[in-house]
Amino acid sequence: MPKISGLLDRTKRSQIWKSIFRHDVPRDERGRAQVVLTNVFLHLHPVRTPKSGIRVRYTWCMGGLTFFIFLIETITGILLMFYYRPTLEYAYTDIIDLGEQVPLGIMREIHRWGAHAMIITVWLHMLRVFMTGSYKPPREFNWAIGVILLLLTLLLSFTGYLLPWDQLAIWAITVGSNMARATPFLGHEGPGAAFLMLGDINLVHAGDDARFALLGGRFVGEGALLRFYVLHCLFIPFVAAVLMAVHFWRVRKDGGISGPM
Amino acid sequence: MSEENIDLSEFDEIPDRVARARAKAEALRKAREAAAGDASGETPSDEASSQAPDETGGESAAAEVDLSSLDEIQDRVARAKAKAELMRKARGGAKPAPSGAPARKAASTADRAAAARALTQKTDEPAEERVIVQTSPAPPAIRPGPERTQAVAEGGMTTRRGFFTWLTLAWASFAAASAAGLLGFGRFLFPNVLFEPPQSFKIGFAEDYDLGVDERWKDKFSVWIVKSTQDMFALISVCTHLGCTPNWLGNEQKFKCPCHGSGFYMSGINFEGPAPRPLERARIVLAEDGQVLVDKTRKFQYEKGHWDNPESFLRI
Repeated sequence: MPKISGLLDRTKRSQIWKSIFRHDVPRDERGRAQVVLTNVFLHLHPVRTPKSGIRVRYTWCMGGLTFFIFLIETITGILLMFYYRPTLEYAYTDIIDLGEQVPLGIMREIHRWGAHAMIITVWLHMLRVFMTGSYKPPREFNWAIGVILLLLTLLLSFTGYLLPWDQLAIWAITVGSNMARATPFLGHEGPGAAFLMLGDINLVHAGDDARFALLGGRFVGEGALLRFYVLHCLFIPFVAAVLMAVHFWRVRKDGGISGPM
Repeated sequence: MSEENIDLSEFDEIPDRVARARAKAEALRKAREAAAGDASGETPSDEASSQAPDETGGESAAAEVDLSSLDEIQDRVARAKAKAELMRKARGGAKPAPSGAPARKAASTADRAAAARALTQKTDEPAEERVIVQTSPAPPAIRPGPERTQAVAEGGMTTRRGFFTWLTLAWASFAAASAAGLLGFGRFLFPNVLFEPPQSFKIGFAEDYDLGVDERWKDKFSVWIVKSTQDMFALISVCTHLGCTPNWLGNEQKFKCPCHGSGFYMSGINFEGPAPRPLERARIVLAEDGQVLVDKTRKFQYEKGHWDNPESFLRI
């Protein structure tokens, strides 16, 4: 036993150990705070949480669960990207393969269930924040950030919807993207598009409006599949991650988790 | 709230330092006020920005303005200007107040002070910053002599005015570059070449088609060719409800949309389901070689009376 403890001591005195852990085992409040403040992962969490902040009956933990599911979606999504090819030729069959040939065929289902669950938790989180009045000043800015995050969550589901490239996907996105035709001034059937004319030439038409930009074409085809893939895997998650950082930061700066101010 | 307290509590001495800094700032401000008190009528802007309410200059003037006549105001302004002129001459273009010098020095070191303040610096930087914010004189009072008005002063140093000129230019260029980048980003989303079937195409001769609905171009061009004994027209196969593609049901002689059940007659007129209006027709004309040319860039809508247009159908 003394040999082992001696080894432990030597390890703790080594440069490698000291370069990773800047502090001894914390024994007082100051030490604990220091550990949290000097660790990149721990510092994401507040040094101290009010007792009301961990009352599950009050918070439902829905914000935390949403973030947890976002992490699950990120990990499973990255794994799915190893097999899925967003082309007309392979998209549909790759999804079949992911279920039937690839080990752990449940991976894609986890990703899909996670998407459903995330919508539910986001919605419940919003409901809780509303019912407890936590959107009121000084938290009104964070509420607005949250609304954008809700929109991004819905867009993640919408863009992911197309990727299986089956009949349901194609026609659902056809129907969904047709709404962009009615965008004011930017959609060729929207209000204001009729005013943007040069002589009898429409400046906003089916070949250059908001829907076209979304689909990369006049209908849901190869361009739309690739665009939705990039939006789903890179663009929207990136924007959402940045806004989530702002969201969490503001939770702490605006008075902590929704306890009484 | 609680979070900030915790951040501070790591450095126990901070509250002490803040208190000392506040006290020092207060003392400095009072000293400066006392120094500036006898020169309180110096310039109008100086009074308005920095003097305390019990001073005799700006505040009482403001109180009297409502009561006094216009002449009085003009008199006061003239007197104030004369006095300011005198003061400036007396100083010979030097800096306005003794306390101005440390303030300027603090301004030049403010960045460094902010960066290094955390643990080791002396405690008085915040105090000096407070002094700058509260009592630095208005720009006209510290206007330098004529020899300093060039963009570059002696020794190659940029003057304040030159610096702000460049700063404005820099920000303007940055904003312009950002706007250009954003425009380019938007344009990038619209490809120059589309790998889609053309919008306008020849479909062969009219005699090639039988009476009724012909589906041969539905997959490629999204049109049905409908032919009757009198005319022939091209019906666009996009449901007017939400854009799905209906099926032609020969037995029931109708178009039926699988998405939400809209139904259309052979003419394209809607009669069941949620579709709000009839299907659209495309421009159909005879090409020079006698073939039928369908042009989808020009659409004809029944509810707008377009179907009377001679290019919306082909007389047979």
